[in-house]
Amino acid sequence: MANAEGHWALTAVAAVALASAAFYAVHAAYDWSDERIAANERARVVARLNSVLEPALRGRDLTTTLLAITDSELLGSTEPVDVFVLTDRGAPMATVFATVAPHGYNASIDLLIGVAPIGTVTGVRVVRHRETQGLGDAIDITKSDWMLQFDGKALTSPPAELWAIGQDEGEFDAISGATVTSRAVVAAVKNTLLYFERHSDELYARAGEAAAAGRTNQL
Amino acid sequence: MTPTSSSLREAIAPLWRDNMALAQLLGLCPLLAVTTTVVNGLALGLASAAVVVIASTTMAALKRALKPAARLPIALLILAALVTVVDLFTEALFFDLHGQLGIFIPLIVVNSGLLAHTENVASRRSVGFTFLSALATGFGFLLAFVALGAFREIVGHGTLLSDIELLAGDGYRGMTLELPIGGMLVAILPPGAFFGMGLLLALRNRLTATKPRDDRSSSGTPR
Repeated sequence: MANAEGHWALTAVAAVALASAAFYAVHAAYDWSDERIAANERARVVARLNSVLEPALRGRDLTTTLLAITDSELLGSTEPVDVFVLTDRGAPMATVFATVAPHGYNASIDLLIGVAPIGTVTGVRVVRHRETQGLGDAIDITKSDWMLQFDGKALTSPPAELWAIGQDEGEFDAISGATVTSRAVVAAVKNTLLYFERHSDELYARAGEAAAAGRTNQL
Repeated sequence: MTPTSSSLREAIAPLWRDNMALAQLLGLCPLLAVTTTVVNGLALGLASAAVVVIASTTMAALKRALKPAARLPIALLILAALVTVVDLFTEALFFDLHGQLGIFIPLIVVNSGLLAHTENVASRRSVGFTFLSALATGFGFLLAFVALGAFREIVGHGTLLSDIELLAGDGYRGMTLELPIGGMLVAILPPGAFFGMGLLLALRNRLTATKPRDDRSSSGTPR
């Protein structure tokens, strides 16, 4: 019988009832939150895409094609990374790379790098990082303006051999106390520009095909 | 002292005297890891409090039905379901905050302090007592989270309530205080968590150690 010590039959009934309630609660919470979370993620991507475009393009009604590109040497990951090609009635306006900087201080650093059709950087932002708080986290635009030094740079200005931080005889400022972080980001931006230089025609062609097949987003 | 007031006193003891984090040193991993700002501490403290109140009260209501051997797995089942729900809600409603708290919301499920309460208190006490005591436990944790978060944010960043908009909405952005002191980086780094925790423990021990003497001198009767 049921007493203060409980009873196996009752315990089983309670366990089954609780498991069902738990299942239902998690399921309902998932249903409720699923679309909100997806919307949050889209909003973050759009906000971040805008932040690396040249100011004149921000908020304009561009056609965005999402490509998944794998280039472990230049884009920093053995997994496919997102590349957004933004076009206006078929004319390429900008390309945004979700490049990975593989050699951050604590872990790889996820970046978003905007490149204009002429090959200049229109903006770099960090999407996710685990750099040291107070030192390497200066790559975050809310902490410092360090990322802004890439705006307007291209593979020809400065010349390729100066695409490095000051300590390595390059032209870019390093964050003091975070040489490894700075080196990782500068290298990732340079590699992305190299990728763009070699493959931009291919990217535009693939974006055109995707657009013809209707696989585009209006962000 | 009537039994009611003594059991009330016992029920709210986890708020301060038997504070899980500061007196029993349980659940320190999330406490030390996320308290780089007040807002982070507040958010994780609220999530923990909500979870322990619901889980403990449910366990107390079921205690007569459960074999002791089945209590722990069932407590874990309840905690895991609640934490999953809280995790999804946080990600839906406070997306950026969820990103900052990261793994520590799912890890509420193995917070030893909350688990101890859900298992021990709820299996011995009435539903009402457990509810009150769970509230005290949850808010005791919240207190520790916010105190350590405030210390580390003031000393480390020279601000208070930064990122409040992530929790309260954009309208509250102005609540962030910029203090006229530079940040001392070490407070934000992991060692700073231990320094802050040590100071907090010392403060708590100092406050509680003098209390009995005050009681004696004011009432005049030995305890």
